[in-house]
Amino acid sequence: MTPQSQFTVVAPVLPGREGALRKLLASMTSQPGMADPKNALLPFGEFRHVHFARLVLLDDPTLGDIEAYGLPRPQRPVYLAFVGDCDGPAHECLAEVARRADPGLRAIFEHCADFDGALLPWMLAHDRPTAASYVNWVGRTVVQIREENALQQTLAARANRAPVDSPAVAQQRRRELIAHVRSEQAAGRLLLTPPQPTPLLWRLAQIANALLVLLIGVIALPFFVVLLPFLIIRLRRLETTDPEICPPPDPAALLELQQIEDYDVTNQYTALGSVKPGWFRRGLLTLVLVAIQFTCRNVFTRGYLARVQTIHFARWVFLDGKARVLFTSNYDGGHQAYMDDFINKVAWGLNLVFSNGLGWPRTDWLITRGARRELQFKFYQRRHQLPTQVWYKAYPGLTLIDLTRNARIREGLEQSRMSDSEALAWLKLL
Amino acid sequence: MAQAAMNPALATGAAVELHDIQGLVRFAYKHHTEAVFLLLRVRDAGAARAWLAEVAVTRAPTEDATPSTALHVGLTSEGLRAVGVADDVIDAFSPEFVDGMAGDTSRSRRLGDQGPSDPSRWQWGGTNRVPHVAVLLYALPGLLNELQQTVEAQFQAGFEITHRLWTSDMGGLEPFGFVDGISQPELDWQRQRLARDATQTAYLSLSCLGEFLLGYPNEYGLYTTRPLLDPARDPLGILPRAEDAPESCDLGRNGTYLVMRQLSQDVYTFWQALDRYAGGAASTRERLASAMVGRRLNGAPLVKAEAPSPASGLGAPQAALNDFNYLSDPLGTCCPLGAHIRRSNPRNADLPPGGAGIVSLLMRTLGFNAGAREQDFVASTRFHRLLRRGREYGVAVTPAQVLAGQPVPGERGLQFICLGANIQRQFEFVQSAWIMNAKFDGMRDEADPLLGNRLPTAAGMSTDCFSLPQFNGPHERLTGLPQFVTMLGGAYFFLPGIRALRFLSGAYA
Repeated sequence: MTPQSQFTVVAPVLPGREGALRKLLASMTSQPGMADPKNALLPFGEFRHVHFARLVLLDDPTLGDIEAYGLPRPQRPVYLAFVGDCDGPAHECLAEVARRADPGLRAIFEHCADFDGALLPWMLAHDRPTAASYVNWVGRTVVQIREENALQQTLAARANRAPVDSPAVAQQRRRELIAHVRSEQAAGRLLLTPPQPTPLLWRLAQIANALLVLLIGVIALPFFVVLLPFLIIRLRRLETTDPEICPPPDPAALLELQQIEDYDVTNQYTALGSVKPGWFRRGLLTLVLVAIQFTCRNVFTRGYLARVQTIHFARWVFLDGKARVLFTSNYDGGHQAYMDDFINKVAWGLNLVFSNGLGWPRTDWLITRGARRELQFKFYQRRHQLPTQVWYKAYPGLTLIDLTRNARIREGLEQSRMSDSEALAWLKLL
Repeated sequence: MAQAAMNPALATGAAVELHDIQGLVRFAYKHHTEAVFLLLRVRDAGAARAWLAEVAVTRAPTEDATPSTALHVGLTSEGLRAVGVADDVIDAFSPEFVDGMAGDTSRSRRLGDQGPSDPSRWQWGGTNRVPHVAVLLYALPGLLNELQQTVEAQFQAGFEITHRLWTSDMGGLEPFGFVDGISQPELDWQRQRLARDATQTAYLSLSCLGEFLLGYPNEYGLYTTRPLLDPARDPLGILPRAEDAPESCDLGRNGTYLVMRQLSQDVYTFWQALDRYAGGAASTRERLASAMVGRRLNGAPLVKAEAPSPASGLGAPQAALNDFNYLSDPLGTCCPLGAHIRRSNPRNADLPPGGAGIVSLLMRTLGFNAGAREQDFVASTRFHRLLRRGREYGVAVTPAQVLAGQPVPGERGLQFICLGANIQRQFEFVQSAWIMNAKFDGMRDEADPLLGNRLPTAAGMSTDCFSLPQFNGPHERLTGLPQFVTMLGGAYFFLPGIRALRFLSGAYA
């Protein structure tokens, strides 16, 4: 199994160069916001390990919200973020990208304030650690996804769709389909690359990390229990006094976001916001993100994040010394459906994290209300969303349900023996 | 849970002001078999306002005998502007309404209004052809002509008529030949549902009033945003105060949004294509057509309805058509997952089905129940209901006429109308996430079998298939479906409450 990893290269844009950079980024797209996989600067389609990637300008129109606390509006540069999800270690992926797209990347990063010309070391130095990240299916590679899709297409076109009269017929049809796949493989028309062995170091690191987090948790627990009453009082006070900043988004900004959506069955989401001032919110957010990272590594690794089954990859990254948080995700379906999933399926989880964000709709006891306040929440998230200038997906037209179904088709193909009912169930997948 | 919420002792609100609500919200005017929808543009703003201030709009009374005719008025955002409503008031309506149905290409992409259905090809409602006002006239048989002449004479100083959308009575059938208009949300006119946010573990057809009327709590127990005005802007005190903000006047109260779409139905292509798929076999042809709709021609659902329960309040024949859900058919072997009525009303609850215990509830909430996850691809239905008020138009042609090769000239289809307090969450969501979505409920490459525009996605994936899951084999697949339905026009209207209409038409600060 090849584990997935993520990179988030963030660098400030040179004052005065933003317009030129926007123009350059626009030249990389075939539809508004949609990367041309063969674009001259960064031919994403050539990188066989990249699932998703994006180039996005982080220009935060909500910086002034902090004035609601009587604090001055901070001065922040516009950042350029180069964000990707890949198979194998991120540094290896960045090295490959740097090797194969050296001139293009230079042309892009030349617009950044501190670009020193040493492309790969510079990118690695600017790769921000993720506070928490989610991978829908740990170990599912781009190569596997593409090969299994080709397999499904071959089988679906070949399948006899007449009803099966007897169990023996199901077995017989499966055998015929397997024979067909074998001959296609032999002719070189179909590839099914066996999975790579799981890197030992990665596995050890996973275990060590889980144990460490648990250990720290156990040690911290008694202190936490003692402090709990005070923390709860503090939380309740903040929840009743934190200002709520959820005006409807500016229509022009909203339109800009909508104009780059719904070209594929999957969409991108990039949002940026400030953390509420004060030690409590910053500490709480840090803690919650540690918990999320722990569950995403150890629990939600097989196709679902609580009830949500439509997120391919997501991440939270701290910026400016934990003053701000960048959130990015790649999700199946339209934006409205994504938001309704958030409200109706995981509002509690959303509140845990994002209620520490400046202006979030008011919560009760950290998990209730908040995102359940439909319109305030919808306004809030759209207002904090940023247009993603260039977005790439390695398998257009495919949703997570497709990927999971295709993987089950392959598993069924490679399974040596099946019961009659299993054989019928397998045929129904086609 | 549903029972507790229904307890009248816990009822939330004051009585509903029926006299302030346009009757269309409450009635579909089934007996008013004659109807015409007039699309107008303002000729003279002063005269237009004068007519709007005086026009006898039909209200939604409780006891009155059925009126012999009915008249309803809706305005687009351009229409509000044309009669002189201030920009800041218009901008406080929902963004979808302000933009309009053909407002930008991304909306058209979401709604599937592309290719032959692209707004640039519409007969009305497309760019530069957006109506200002829609006047909907309904009449008992024989009475429409006179009503229409009277009304048109009354408003002609203020408005010019750009289109008269005629309707025809096809005897309860839609043009393809199926019994139509069976399933509707019931509105909670008694305000029995609590105004609170609570998980509903069962599908319920009773909708909170705020789903279909502005100014009342919706399914989240919240009030949809709408223009709330400083009382200084309403010196005559015409408008009611907002329930959730008593210091403001509520311009939305007792009003709602009206979505109108003219859908041309190619009945010939529909039955000829099905005949081809069926190889000329009549029973197969009808089976496939029923599978696409999810009901037989007579309206009977493919999933068996439950025995009518006394609580449902429906008569036995109606219950047999409508008292069902898809819990017994998770794989779609009785009613395909992609059938039209299953897409447009999936009849699911907030949580996927499972045991009643707290452990089961928690497991499903956290996503740890694999079986439940398989049935959790579709959003909870109660937030996405449409109150339909459409009418057929054109000359009917029967399947028999089509199959006999008998040409019936003219064009036919549906003047689709639906009402809702949140265009985005209701109409646009149903249209984009359910009807046009090629991946609805985990499917691979098929949009709605009736309404799909058949255009491949940008990634080149086809959407012109239809799958019929089989109990004992792979899905039966129809590929290469032709386009059956084409958009000819559409617009979003605000259907104001009576006082709001008076306010909009005159005493305006």
